[in-house]
Amino acid sequence: MARMTMIEAVRSAMDVSMGRDDNVVVFGEDVGYFGGVFRCTQGLQAKYGKTRCFDAPINESGILGTAIGMAAYGLKPCIEIQFADYMYPAYDQITQEAARIRYRSNGDFTCPIVVRMPTGGGIFGGQTHSQSPEALFTHVCGLKVIVPSNPYDAKGLLIAAIEDPDPVMFLEPKRLYNGPFDGHHERPVTPWSKHDLGEVPDGHYTIPIGKAEVRRPGEAVTVIAYGTMVHVALAAAEETGIDAEVIDLRSLLPLDLDTIVQSVKKTGRCVVVHEATLTSGFGGEVAALVQEHCFYNLEAPVVRVTGWDTPYPHAQEWDYFPGPARVGRALKEVMEG
Amino acid sequence: MTDIHPLSLHVPEPAVRPGGQPDFSTVKIAKAGSVPRPPVDVAPEEIRDLAYSIIRVLNRDGEAVGPWAGLLSDEELLAGLRNMMKLRAFDARMLMAQRQGKTSFYMQHLGEEAVSCAFRKALAKGDMNFPTYRQAGLLIADDYPMVEMMNQIYSNEADPLRGRQLPIMYSSKEHGFFTISGNLATQYVQAVGWAMASAIRNDTKIAAAWIGDGSTAESDFHSALVFASTYKAPVILNIVNNQWAISTFQGIARGGSGTFAARGLGFGIPALRVDGNDYLAVYAVARWAAERARQNLGPTLIEYVTYRVGAHSTSDDPSAYRPKTESEAWPLGDPVLRLKKHLIVRGVWSEERHAQSEAEILDEVIQAQKEAESHGTLHAGGKPSVRDIFEGVYAEMPAHIRRQRQKAGY
Repeated sequence: MARMTMIEAVRSAMDVSMGRDDNVVVFGEDVGYFGGVFRCTQGLQAKYGKTRCFDAPINESGILGTAIGMAAYGLKPCIEIQFADYMYPAYDQITQEAARIRYRSNGDFTCPIVVRMPTGGGIFGGQTHSQSPEALFTHVCGLKVIVPSNPYDAKGLLIAAIEDPDPVMFLEPKRLYNGPFDGHHERPVTPWSKHDLGEVPDGHYTIPIGKAEVRRPGEAVTVIAYGTMVHVALAAAEETGIDAEVIDLRSLLPLDLDTIVQSVKKTGRCVVVHEATLTSGFGGEVAALVQEHCFYNLEAPVVRVTGWDTPYPHAQEWDYFPGPARVGRALKEVMEG
Repeated sequence: MTDIHPLSLHVPEPAVRPGGQPDFSTVKIAKAGSVPRPPVDVAPEEIRDLAYSIIRVLNRDGEAVGPWAGLLSDEELLAGLRNMMKLRAFDARMLMAQRQGKTSFYMQHLGEEAVSCAFRKALAKGDMNFPTYRQAGLLIADDYPMVEMMNQIYSNEADPLRGRQLPIMYSSKEHGFFTISGNLATQYVQAVGWAMASAIRNDTKIAAAWIGDGSTAESDFHSALVFASTYKAPVILNIVNNQWAISTFQGIARGGSGTFAARGLGFGIPALRVDGNDYLAVYAVARWAAERARQNLGPTLIEYVTYRVGAHSTSDDPSAYRPKTESEAWPLGDPVLRLKKHLIVRGVWSEERHAQSEAEILDEVIQAQKEAESHGTLHAGGKPSVRDIFEGVYAEMPAHIRRQRQKAGY
């Protein structure tokens, strides 16, 4: 067992997958010789050759479009969009093509691709390097959507995504690449080497897509989060002393409804947390499902803690980012409700 | 200092609108046989003029002339004629079926039959087309069963696509025909990716991308040329210029570029322009491009100059935007009549045999139609199950879709 950052875990997942299956190819902007702007593909070109891992032109619709064609041929492309904020030119290829090829051809053609993209804020990236567009993918039938919160999950889920027969959007919270960031930006970040979930097996393993994980068992309130917000929610629970049960969704589509329902039926209270903007965000879907399945168990209205309905600002990053103080206030609010 | 004047916007207009006299005098047409046939390993910059000319084989007298002639046997040409006639008869019957309410929508090929029928013959088994909605000749010429096509058009109980797709959006991996999207231009760059995959795996298969003149304006067209050029993908990039994008004349998409083929030049991609109504010329140019691709020499861009004689689709009325007699004035003639004439000149065909063949083909199409209709049409008879709405979104049905299927009562 090795200690890995999330970058190393993601890289290891691609390395293991490329080693096991010649059909796995990796490409994207800057991913070849250089190894990607976050270094997730470092060393893969040297190890597997430049036809298995290569640089692409700055053309996201072209990256997606060619990956779809490669998948139709029989390859398993695992491609990188340099920032989730850059995926919009590829959105047509993702929603109308990748997501529907199996359905519209009745399985004659399929689209087993993985689209990796660093997501979320916390790095002073401003409005074009901080977005969390996951709800734009969860609204598309035919896609799977994953947001890991730690190196162990990132590797197991990425290998599962590469082996999945359908297109998977794999959003990597970039603020978690080097450590479990809990929103306390003023403090030094604990490195993954000092965290249990930074322990990652070197070889092959998978984590099933569609299964959530309870990160902190509790009785008072259920906090539903994913990605960076898992660590923020854990910090908020500790700091408020409220006995929250923190669920890490890991996979947004398909969603592990059973784990959510089981927990909320137990606690009777629910807070949903994400970095993305509020209106029509994924939290709205979760809140709707909770009231649909747990209405008679609820002691208080479901509360959402999210980014504001504004573009992601630069200087005011920490007033935008839903940190532990905001989540803590929501926990208290829902306990009083 | 020069005087400063107010700016004005240039909005291109076709030469003639309804009520006017059709005028194709500006369409420069090279004499049949006059355009040279370069070796397939020619440097792209040496054949830049081929992007502005028109490669033609059949002359006005029905003779095959010049360096692009002589590639097809009598039997192959007779089969080509038969395929084009079959596609035309198929279109006529399905157009009528749509008018009779047996399906919602149809798109015909009238005037463009040579492009897809001849092109298919330049490919080998295992190669992959990424077609638009007007290349059904790729299926017909590869002997895909007409009854399967009709089942799809009718969305009936035997529809291979289970009623999920608009009529004519066929899919057949076995026949090298990628599932048609209905979305425009997306397939163009996918074809490049498929070709890249074949090269990555050191395979020998090649891909063919298809697009219309109007959709070359989409960014995916540009993306495809960038990727094809960068990775020298073994792909044939086909542009079918049928003059009209629904009601929009080709000048709106083409802009200041002399031709659509010329779009390839800036990418260093050899670009050829060919008479799309000349079965022999289409085949010859497609084969040249296929040879280049198979020899790992990279992509070729081909513009087929043709004319959309029919409406864009059954939802379109061309008399609202172009003169009714425009198709008759089209200077490159009719692809079926031109090949028929050539075969008569060759001494292997006659008016009588043509009429007999037409009757046989019509009978074959009607038989297929009867069989298809025994499985139902869009609003009558057997149809796909409501269950089919929910199947196949994913390889394995996730719980939320299963719950919705149960809610729908299935």
